[in-house]
Amino acid sequence: MSGISISRRGLLAGISAAGASAALSACGAKTGSETASDSGAKADTSGDTVKVGLLNSLSGTMAISEVTVHNALLLAVKEINAAGGVLGKKLKPISQDGASDWPTFAEKAEALITDDKVAATFGCWTSASRKAVKPVFERYKSPLFYPVQYEGLEQSPYIFYIGATTNQQIVPALDYLKKQGLTKLYLVGSDYVFPRTANKIIKAYAKANGMQVMGEDYAPLGSTEFSTIVNKVKGSGADAVFNTLNGDSNVAFFKEYKSSGMTAKSMPVLSVSIAEEEVKSIGTQYLADQLTAWNYYETTPGAANTKFVAAYQAAYGKDKPTSDPMEAAYISVYLWKEMVEKAGSFDVAKIKAAAGGITLDAPEGKVTVDGTTQHVYKTARIGKVGSDGLITEVWNSGKPIKPDPYLKGYSWASGLS
Amino acid sequence: MTVILNQSFTGISIGAVLLLIALGLTLTFGQMGVINMAHGEFIMAGAYTTYVLQKSISDAGLSLLVALPVAFVVAGTMGALLEWLLIRRLYTRPLDTLLVTWGVSLMLQQLARDVFGAPNVQTHAPDLLTGNISLGGGVTFANSRLFILGLALLSVLALTLILRLTPLGRRIRAVVQNRDLAEVSGIATGQVDRVTFFIGSGLAGVAGVALTLVGPIGPTMGTNYIVDAFLVVVVGGIGQLKGSVITAFALGVLQSVLEYSTTVSVAKVVVLVAIVAFLQWRPQGLYTLRTRSLA
Repeated sequence: MSGISISRRGLLAGISAAGASAALSACGAKTGSETASDSGAKADTSGDTVKVGLLNSLSGTMAISEVTVHNALLLAVKEINAAGGVLGKKLKPISQDGASDWPTFAEKAEALITDDKVAATFGCWTSASRKAVKPVFERYKSPLFYPVQYEGLEQSPYIFYIGATTNQQIVPALDYLKKQGLTKLYLVGSDYVFPRTANKIIKAYAKANGMQVMGEDYAPLGSTEFSTIVNKVKGSGADAVFNTLNGDSNVAFFKEYKSSGMTAKSMPVLSVSIAEEEVKSIGTQYLADQLTAWNYYETTPGAANTKFVAAYQAAYGKDKPTSDPMEAAYISVYLWKEMVEKAGSFDVAKIKAAAGGITLDAPEGKVTVDGTTQHVYKTARIGKVGSDGLITEVWNSGKPIKPDPYLKGYSWASGLS
Repeated sequence: MTVILNQSFTGISIGAVLLLIALGLTLTFGQMGVINMAHGEFIMAGAYTTYVLQKSISDAGLSLLVALPVAFVVAGTMGALLEWLLIRRLYTRPLDTLLVTWGVSLMLQQLARDVFGAPNVQTHAPDLLTGNISLGGGVTFANSRLFILGLALLSVLALTLILRLTPLGRRIRAVVQNRDLAEVSGIATGQVDRVTFFIGSGLAGVAGVALTLVGPIGPTMGTNYIVDAFLVVVVGGIGQLKGSVITAFALGVLQSVLEYSTTVSVAKVVVLVAIVAFLQWRPQGLYTLRTRSLA
């Protein structure tokens, strides 16, 4: 119960603060009035170095994914320091292990803010960990940069969402399927918040766009028995599967899918949480030619990406793939640097006011911070898994899409909350 | 009709997996009364054996065939060691075996994490087992599932033959029915215990090999299956091979029917409720062992 009340309170605070910040940016003269006279713990930026917090699961079940994000964050900090730091000060990364445990995340977040007096924190992966730390960052008015795609329907004045929200990943994926004539969908997901919210959005979209949802199934997180679900999918008459399974279950699902005789040709599967790292561990032979939706792939063209991939592999090993959440984590440090330099100060209220309109030539292409929602304009990309384990783009949105976490721009989404 | 045939096959194949993971437990828990929580980790040991072998034998089919006997010996040896080091001191305190073997299971999981790393690993199934047999009209039986079914039936057959026809089997049955009488008859019960444990744990290793065809291999994979294995043995009637076989397939079919008509999560709940209700009606399980032992 308490979890629900916290998130509802957080939601209201988020909405009202978003309204407030919109009003503030509308009349620029007032921006200064938000300066933190009532601010909680203050970041210590007096010395030659400025501390930044890196909050990831370095142990536990999420470590496999979050360690790669941690590596990408460290790489960005190292590069920024080599180029002279931020406002002439070197960054000192303080790593904390959230240990795949949400209360631990909240504890470590508080320690970073109050003990280490960090100027900003980067990290978290699961929505559960983000929900756990949200009240902490709001209480101390300290900024968190969150690098992973998520289910949307959230806004916090102290969180910058650098990963995609639903209108930058799930909605374009649905548009893509529709354009391919794949209008009968089967929804398969793990049984927790992200897949259930995503599927709610997918069903609303389908209803408004003449698509049909032929079935919807959830398996407990970690479940490895998929024969019935695959049978249901097979007999459903669907054209495509929309897959929101997380973690290990994907392995069992794709093994079963292949042995039942279904292929990317007969019924493609579009996944939203399988990136390069996961493709390698699931096995390319099970995933070949299946689709994924992200904003970045290791193969995304561009000089900024060539540089990023080369720098990452030089630091962590030739065979290490880069992925979307890693790229978002990497650019989040650079975006914060831009904000600080535009504001000319590490003060949170000032960087928040400076955030809107900041752009970066990122590995994924041009990204721009949206000052109102504190999300980022991102290009949506659909990719196909190749036999080498890398994902190649088959479609992109052409230009960065404006973030719309509450899907206000879509009439079909009006009933969602 | 297609759906019915596909789903029946699914039910049977879930049953085959259940049977395979429960078979070893039927022996160690059922026959010997030892609550071995590390049974799941013997399954894991079998799966990792397959993984290690596949790294040295590149031919997937051959490595799988080699893995079956090797995993049996690896997991069996671990079981016999566990019996010799810890469990034999606890035969008079069955509940303590639960705690002790649970501790062992946690240590084995951590050991696997240290040796093989926290992320899960995969084996490649031989091409022959990634396809399916099509009976036309959309009815398909996955080859990997047929292989597991065959393996389960073969294991049951082998175990039955050992228990019924060999001197070792006679000794095992004698010890189970009345340990003291067996001992005064000149049977070295300690030795029989160790061999029984070896076979039971070895069967868990074989189950581990089979599970590499279904899902990922990881340090905690055993915990995913251990509860199901205990359920099969308890419902089937402790110590009853026949009971375990019938229960495994019955639960598999029930699970698949419920999953089809509801959802996976609901099916799991309903199956558990059905098991609780069944045990209220027949606390001793499907079959009971008639014994002269007073215990």
